Amino acid sequence: MAIDTVLWSRLVTGLTLAFHVIFATIGVGVPLMIAIAEFIGIRKKDYHYILMAKRWARGFVISVAVGVVTGTAISLQLALVWPNFMKLAGNVIALPLFMEVFAFFFEAIFLGIYLYTWDRFKNRYIHWLLTIPIVAGAGMSAVFITTVNGFMNQPGGFVMEAGQFTAVDPVQAMLNTATFSKVFHVLSSAYLTAAAMLAGIAAFAMLRKGVSAYHKKALNLMMAVVLLFGLLNTLAGDVSAKFLAEHQPEKLAAAEWHFETESSADLVLMGWLNAEHEILGAIHLPKLLSFLAFGDFNAEVKGLEEFPKDEWPPLLVHYLFDFMAGIGFTLLAVSLLYFLFLFWKKRNELNKWMLRMIALSAPLAFLAVEMGWFYAEVGRQPWIIRGYMRVEEAATTSPNVKVLFYVFLLLYIVLGITCVVVLRRLFNNNPAEVEMEKWLKEKSNHSEGDPA
Amino acid sequence: MSYELIGISVLWLFLYGYLIVASIDFGAGFFAFYARLTKQDHLINRLISRYLSPVWEITNVFFVFFYIGIVGFFPDTAYYYGSALLVPGSIAIILLAIRGSFYAFENYGSKKSIVYLFLYGATGLLIPASLSVALTLSEGGFIKEQGGAVTLDYWTLFTNPLSWSIVGLAIVSVLFISSSFLVFYASRAEDHSALKLLRNYALFWSTPTIILALTAFIYLGQHNERHFQNMMDLWWLLALSVALFMIAMWLLFNGRRYGLAFICVMLQFFCAFFAYGIGQYPYILDPYITIQSSATSPAMGLALVVVFIGGLLLLIPSLILVFKLFLFDADYVKGKK
Repeated sequence: MAIDTVLWSRLVTGLTLAFHVIFATIGVGVPLMIAIAEFIGIRKKDYHYILMAKRWARGFVISVAVGVVTGTAISLQLALVWPNFMKLAGNVIALPLFMEVFAFFFEAIFLGIYLYTWDRFKNRYIHWLLTIPIVAGAGMSAVFITTVNGFMNQPGGFVMEAGQFTAVDPVQAMLNTATFSKVFHVLSSAYLTAAAMLAGIAAFAMLRKGVSAYHKKALNLMMAVVLLFGLLNTLAGDVSAKFLAEHQPEKLAAAEWHFETESSADLVLMGWLNAEHEILGAIHLPKLLSFLAFGDFNAEVKGLEEFPKDEWPPLLVHYLFDFMAGIGFTLLAVSLLYFLFLFWKKRNELNKWMLRMIALSAPLAFLAVEMGWFYAEVGRQPWIIRGYMRVEEAATTSPNVKVLFYVFLLLYIVLGITCVVVLRRLFNNNPAEVEMEKWLKEKSNHSEGDPA
Repeated sequence: MSYELIGISVLWLFLYGYLIVASIDFGAGFFAFYARLTKQDHLINRLISRYLSPVWEITNVFFVFFYIGIVGFFPDTAYYYGSALLVPGSIAIILLAIRGSFYAFENYGSKKSIVYLFLYGATGLLIPASLSVALTLSEGGFIKEQGGAVTLDYWTLFTNPLSWSIVGLAIVSVLFISSSFLVFYASRAEDHSALKLLRNYALFWSTPTIILALTAFIYLGQHNERHFQNMMDLWWLLALSVALFMIAMWLLFNGRRYGLAFICVMLQFFCAFFAYGIGQYPYILDPYITIQSSATSPAMGLALVVVFIGGLLLLIPSLILVFKLFLFDADYVKGKK
């Protein structure tokens, strides 16, 4: 029975986080895109970019609403579903949680102002300046909350005494060894995903209704951002792998099905395991795991067998890792191809297949975010605070948690579907070109032709 | 002053802040729905959404802020309240989720739907009811700790008149606070038809508010003698609260100085809320958690206080900016911007 409640607790939390992370990623990434578009629009006096910022912001609020409510849900569930965890760790992680709320508060205030002051300032840059606290607030909340996750992976900044954390140093707990690589990877992937999403939307619109100036500009801009953050994200992934090799070797070993410690270890792609833990049907890339882990083709990589078996992460995480990394490289390749076509005049960068690939990149990017988080979280099993508290010690004892799983599942299905329906209605009934014309007509009626 | 005392005072202040802003929000949702049902929505809905749209997210943060703060300063609360409140807390989460997202769907989406408005209005009354359960629990006698497991005694909770009077008080206070704020907002907007309607709402909801406040107080006396006595020692705060209520009623009834009337309502609840809070000292959960026993480590307490001050330096100017732009900018309120 005890095991059952634990599993249900994990499922409730996993469900909420999996749903929240979609909107959280949009929430962190999209403000930067809005800020870039508005800035270029003012700078170039090009209405298309300002319209872009406006339309993105309009869709953004809807997704922020769902992000806010699911974020509230997860923060409350921390104590409701994991009371023992919060009792113990609350002493150490309260600071970043508190700071996260501040960042969120800051963002909420300025988002409200931003949305309702589009035409209130004579100098358009003043309105643009409002995006800075929004981008910063969104980014900082991601940073703070990621330090909490970093702490759960690499606990530090305290002394364990009789089952209690004492001599707490909250700042040191925040700046644990996992924090840098995690924050870097979370931010770069959020910006990458948001840009891939907006590029995908533009590509999708052009596939359906033909090429238009507005969508072409949006696609160009977002593909540039995809390229930039695709590169940064690859770097972040590399930093994360090197971090794992050094500090959490069991997680990396589980991801790579690397059982025996050896030098010049192979990187294993896909495949499956038989009962004796032999790898079948996989592609082996010689020596690459050693390179990924330590930047040296001949380095020794610790294998899973060095760890007690009851501390092994589930071996399924191998697939999560492979898909995440695979999608990351795909996104990068698509953006490279796009710019290759753009500059190499013989090819049309807006051909059907290119657009289809870009449109497909959007859901793939979100899939990669999910896979990455599942890898990070499932790969830390059986620990909730690695080395200090196991998941089953932390969960609630209430049997009601099973029912709640279904209730929350229903809630998220309803919210997800309604959100998509509302967003579709918002944009389908009001295409960019129509809105542009209407807007220009209004402007000329007011005889204020100057956009800046 | 020790940091745990600073902590609880600040948190109580924030809970009070949430009480006011959330009441305005929750009540406005209900009034918007009620007005649509009685075909009076053309009078007030635009006014309500003009105020709420830029600030609804801020309201939500107040709540998370209080919650994270109390878990941070007093981690033991997470254990007791977390274990006991799994079901009522989850219900509150679901209601908050429905409310927040359907507000956005209704107001920023393209189609105005009565279903969305209903969800928004109904949850506005159910959320205060579900959240007030936490206040009831703090009085003790509803939570049992046996063999390392904390459980909530639902039977005692549902059969106790105290819990129902607190729920009732929460709901009517929400409607009273909200309507007295909206009266003020309508008067700033010089929207006379809305003003008339909302003034009727405010006058109507004042009576049940004061009656249920007294009822809850009496049942508190039967349930928790210590808390009741402590509050009686603070009789002057309670008397002040009643006096402020009278002034607010007089102003509303005579139909002038609506801003002052709303300030009186705010102060009325401030006095009562702090009398209640100070009377509960030193318990956070009678008899399991006291402020001293459950405080976080001194280093963390200090860090939280420091961050708190830093955060306020950032937030207060921002909040002032919001108020200037959306509350005290007469042109915006009137719908000209």
